[in-house]
Amino acid sequence: MTFGTAALSDAHGGKVKIGLITTLTGGGASLGVDTRDGFMLAIDQAGNDMVEVIVEDDERAPDVAVQVADKMIQSDKVDILTGIVWSNLALAVAPAANAQGKFYVSTNAAPAQLAGKGCNQDYFAVSYQNDNLHEAAGAHAKASNYSKPFILAPNYPAGQDSLTGFKRLYGGELAGELYTKLGQTDYAAEIAQIRASEADSIFFFLPGGMGISFLKQLADSGIELPVIGPAFSFDQTILPAVGDSALGVHNTSQWNKDIDNEANKKFVEGFEDAYGRLPSLYAAQAYDTANLILSAVEKAGIADHDAFRAALKEADFASVRGKFSFGNNNHPIQDIYVREVIKEGDVYTNKIISTVLTDHQDVYAAECGLSN
Amino acid sequence: MSTILLIEQILNGLQFGVMLFLMAAGLTLIFGVMGLINLAHGSLFMIGAFVAAAGAAATGSFVLGLIAALMAAALFGALIELTVIRRLYARDHLDQVLATFALILIFSEATRWVFGSFPLYLDTPEFLSGTVTLPGGILYSKYRLAIILIGLAVAAGLFLLISKTRVGMRIRAGENDREMIGALGVDISILYTMVFALGAALAGLSGALVGAIQSVEVGMGEPVLILAFVVIVIGGIGSIKGALAGAVLVGLTDTLGRSLLPLLFALFMDPSAATSVGSALASMLIYILMAGVLLFKPTGLFGSA
Repeated sequence: MTFGTAALSDAHGGKVKIGLITTLTGGGASLGVDTRDGFMLAIDQAGNDMVEVIVEDDERAPDVAVQVADKMIQSDKVDILTGIVWSNLALAVAPAANAQGKFYVSTNAAPAQLAGKGCNQDYFAVSYQNDNLHEAAGAHAKASNYSKPFILAPNYPAGQDSLTGFKRLYGGELAGELYTKLGQTDYAAEIAQIRASEADSIFFFLPGGMGISFLKQLADSGIELPVIGPAFSFDQTILPAVGDSALGVHNTSQWNKDIDNEANKKFVEGFEDAYGRLPSLYAAQAYDTANLILSAVEKAGIADHDAFRAALKEADFASVRGKFSFGNNNHPIQDIYVREVIKEGDVYTNKIISTVLTDHQDVYAAECGLSN
Repeated sequence: MSTILLIEQILNGLQFGVMLFLMAAGLTLIFGVMGLINLAHGSLFMIGAFVAAAGAAATGSFVLGLIAALMAAALFGALIELTVIRRLYARDHLDQVLATFALILIFSEATRWVFGSFPLYLDTPEFLSGTVTLPGGILYSKYRLAIILIGLAVAAGLFLLISKTRVGMRIRAGENDREMIGALGVDISILYTMVFALGAALAGLSGALVGAIQSVEVGMGEPVLILAFVVIVIGGIGSIKGALAGAVLVGLTDTLGRSLLPLLFALFMDPSAATSVGSALASMLIYILMAGVLLFKPTGLFGSA
């Protein structure tokens, strides 16, 4: 599948070729579809004929992602890779792409390994660092004076980072801490434990279908505790499937559709016009990523690798989040908000209720050898 | 851990087991009678959930959605038996695995094509929402209780069907010697289509019931399929009784393991490490159980050699 505004006769001709690898089939495809749609919206709006985008599916499998990336680098001769949703796939692709002299600009996944000692001058995360939203949830729990939250996440690297991130800025006592199986769909056992633990609140990180299952079962169990989570389980891609069970839940995000600035207005309206649905966090991040790349294309030729990198690092683009800049490790310094799940007419969505962290950066930046 | 919590967890394990039984019963029946490994059984589970969600959304009634799901799954079961599966009976298991795996991919992409990439919404019906207080002051979900009762009723019905009716007799006969019952004038191809449709309907029922408390999304059938295979291996391939015993055993082991192991490790480790180690071990527990059972009974609990 090739989208693009330019017909190419030969490999380069000064044009920038972007390989977007994301999950378009199988479980989790909704996130990849939103990533692609957000990215392509920015490209279409810019109408810049110096940019060409190739889109391919990674089927959420690391081996497939690696194969696609190799093909894009070897035969399609892309200059920049982007689009991967999942941290384990990003870890398989990004360092290898960097080693072959290509840029990797992440629309979502930003594992700790690539933010600290393993940072690379050609690797940029536009979204956040993985811990950020969980840290914000911890800070929000503390600010809300919760004294005994029960916390749970799947037992895999991002899940462990999540609970560590929550505890980092919460700092208090816990009613309980649980790791669930990755991909688990039945949470009866965990919910029974939460009920018995006398917790005063619940924090959970269960991305995609896992979160839908958990919330529906929690609502069905009659437990009525305040629930906090990162944006992933309350995102526009899944809220309609959760329904009323999510109403009133507080979740942390660096973006929402009601952030009041020109870029965000253009994005949200453009997305609804083009695709007939509300955009998600993933779409917003991909839109920002595309605009960041476009801003660098305006300033420097891709042939001058160093100049192009410097142009990326400047982050001189209108982010839908408002202010945005990169720290020394090429991860964002940004504000993080608390959102509440609401119903607007028939549509389940979020509204921002407060700013929980201002100009927040990740803790790994200090371990990264790069400078600003 | 208090007694109330323990009883609640046992009920949770039972409910999980009963749901697995609905999946495993069809799988074991199809394997037992036709000697066919059907990897696409999880797709029929997914079809059940999607049709239930779409049906409930269109009619506003969970029960109508459930009926539609049963019918759709049975229909698709019969359809794939007639078009694909029946060419595979004479082939070896490798061909069957390959062909039914292809069916998984086809069904997943077709489902995405029809319903889109985003998960669907299916909620528990009004009259089964919330909790009920059981004797001893145990708060338990009405809906999960209903799943337990439906599952047990289906198990009893299946048992009667297989052991007491004429169709059941033919199914049992077909399990033992397919040429012979053909020679006796039983139309084997109709029997096979019926068994396949029955198995499919059970998977669809399971998917529809579970869809109300889980995410209805493409690919939801595969994790359950793996567990259902574990169940029939533990129970003994081809045995309904074995499927029930295996399913309840797996359900209880998994649920109790998840809740008790982290507590056990917390006795001598710090809580954070205990959750980590306990959860890791809990996710292996059913496979350890399977290995243990096979060590002592290589054909499963109720399997014949």
